[in-house]
Amino acid sequence: MRMKSRLKRLWAMVRKETIQMVRDWPTLGMVIVLPVVELFLVSYMGASLLDHMPTIVADQSLDSHSRAFVNALEVSGFFAVTEYVDSEAAVIRAIDEGEAYVGVVIPPNFAERVAQGDAQALVILDGSDTFIVQSAYSAAGAIAQAHGMELMMNTARRMGRANIAQLPINTFIRILYNPNIDELIFLIPGMTAMLLQLVCVNITVSSVVRERELGTIEQILVTPTRPLELIMGKMVPPILVVTADLFIIIGLGVYWFKVPFQGSLPLFCWLSLLFIISSLGMGVLFSTICKNQKQAQQISAMLMMFTMLLSGLLYPRATMPPVVQFIGNLIPATYFIRIARGIITKGVGISFLWNDVIALLIYAAVIVLAAGVTFKRRLD
Amino acid sequence: MSSSQSSVLSPQPSVLSPQPSKPQVTIQTRNLVKHFKTRMGEVTAVNEVTLQVRRGETYGLIGPDGAGKTTLTRVILGLLTRNGGESRILGYDSMRDPYAIREHVGYIAQQFSLPPDMTVMENMRFFADVHGVSRKEQKQRIPELLEFAGLTAFTKRLAGRLSGGMKKKLALACSLVHEPQVVMLDEPTLGVDPVSRREFWNLLGNLRTEKGVTIFVCTPYMDEAERCNWVGLMYQGRLVADGSPTTIKTLAPGRLLEFTPLPFVPARDLVPRLEGVLEVQTYGVMLHVFVDDPERRGPEITAALAAQGVACTGMREIEVRMEEAFISLIRQQASQR
Repeated sequence: MRMKSRLKRLWAMVRKETIQMVRDWPTLGMVIVLPVVELFLVSYMGASLLDHMPTIVADQSLDSHSRAFVNALEVSGFFAVTEYVDSEAAVIRAIDEGEAYVGVVIPPNFAERVAQGDAQALVILDGSDTFIVQSAYSAAGAIAQAHGMELMMNTARRMGRANIAQLPINTFIRILYNPNIDELIFLIPGMTAMLLQLVCVNITVSSVVRERELGTIEQILVTPTRPLELIMGKMVPPILVVTADLFIIIGLGVYWFKVPFQGSLPLFCWLSLLFIISSLGMGVLFSTICKNQKQAQQISAMLMMFTMLLSGLLYPRATMPPVVQFIGNLIPATYFIRIARGIITKGVGISFLWNDVIALLIYAAVIVLAAGVTFKRRLD
Repeated sequence: MSSSQSSVLSPQPSVLSPQPSKPQVTIQTRNLVKHFKTRMGEVTAVNEVTLQVRRGETYGLIGPDGAGKTTLTRVILGLLTRNGGESRILGYDSMRDPYAIREHVGYIAQQFSLPPDMTVMENMRFFADVHGVSRKEQKQRIPELLEFAGLTAFTKRLAGRLSGGMKKKLALACSLVHEPQVVMLDEPTLGVDPVSRREFWNLLGNLRTEKGVTIFVCTPYMDEAERCNWVGLMYQGRLVADGSPTTIKTLAPGRLLEFTPLPFVPARDLVPRLEGVLEVQTYGVMLHVFVDDPERRGPEITAALAAQGVACTGMREIEVRMEEAFISLIRQQASQR
């Protein structure tokens, strides 16, 4: 009997929320379109970050060796030579002006010094952006080493000492899951998690806050609706919308960005549902703090930043100090990013994901209950 | 800890109403206190309020803006926590049994607070569903209530697009959908045109006579207070007086004279100093003067003013209305502190 009236009230709330959500179609449209736009932005941006860095070259030697070296840099695809100048000062000026990220200075008599075995090339990097530094630093180092090694072995061969033209140690590197180091394979599962979380939090926070701003919360509080019923009623319709978002994002990822989906789609959907519930619960919890839409927007922007930095979306969590890792553990995306990468990229089954699944289960239960407890049953 | 100041005018409500058989009480508070914390410190919005509303009664809580009417109503409903005293509806404690209260009480908030993006019918059905009214009962009750509120032609209109008066009627219809025994209305005619106000009060009248619903209504309008059969006057968080409208009017200091002086200002300054004048209230271009004996003081005032070159027209005795009684009671309160 009591259960029945509980369900009736919950159903009434669900119906109300659905009607209101459908009527507010501009917001509904935004909720569906925005993640797609963001996915495109981040994906294309992410993909263009590492290669074809604009590079300026001051080749003061202009001989076959210096040209071969510049060529090697360019062929790698990491550097795109945009301009040739004649001095180091001109290179630095170009980087100052933001025309190039990378400068290469080759001193005079490069070929002679190569023959002597002490040739040097100066690579100047725009240190104001660590992304550029990281990728250019390792790329330039690796290319220079490989190029030098090739020269050395050529010399050795010419000297008829083919036996030293072989390196004593050879490493073979096999990259699992993502052999071509495609940024998108790394980014898309994480982006999916972050975008879904963002939509979930926004949708619930704005719905509760709007209720408070309009004053309609007062009329609902004087009905026998319990806080938990109210919260769950607010969570059910967004689940449908966010699930639609999920399919759109995954569909675009697989068919547009060609990110292979290795694992089980049904498993992914079930775990996504768990993640969506956790995120919606977090939204309701936030809504108990926010007084108006302005605060709601700020809190959602802050959450997005925390998620970007701490969830493992862009930076590996293992290197973060324990306190920062702990804060990251409070964000549901942290668990789901591992799950998403596990299923989409690695193609593993649930037996490999138990830790994160259980963590997310506990998270969902705790946050919905916490939202129910902290939800203000009164106006003061 | 008794509120000695207010008890001068407001003895225990039950004493003021010597009813032979004690009728059932629906709303009851005893020494109810509510504080608000603000940046300026603590404000006492409701101060030791004791009141009783009997079954089937229309109780009007009147008072100026900021008197604490809304806060008192919300505390009784359990929408705000209380800081002291007791409050119950139908025997259910406001803090301990809020859900039991919600099943038997209807409420209309001061500001329109039905979901504006749902139609009239959707609103009705939502509040019916959430109160557990069965579909079968809804089929009968909702059309009845819409008819009662005169909204039958507007079932598909969004609640937010209704006129002010219709919004209030819809709120009333929604608050009645679970057949509550008590309805609490917080300034239900605020921002409503006079015709709709009258219509709304007629609805309340029907509700009381036909269904025997107890009505508790907050209002700053004195003419609405006249329509209640019990009135509580609230001022600065205290219940200053309560009783039937007739009783409240007898609390005014004497009998009332009305006249139009010309010029106005010297008359307004002079009259309060005359003998036998108890209180002077301005009323537009007229003065309302409480005197001990109108037959004697009327001519005296006319003469005194004429001596100062002020003409008096339309001097007559009028019935004390709620408005004059209310202003007078508030002035007495203000002068006591």
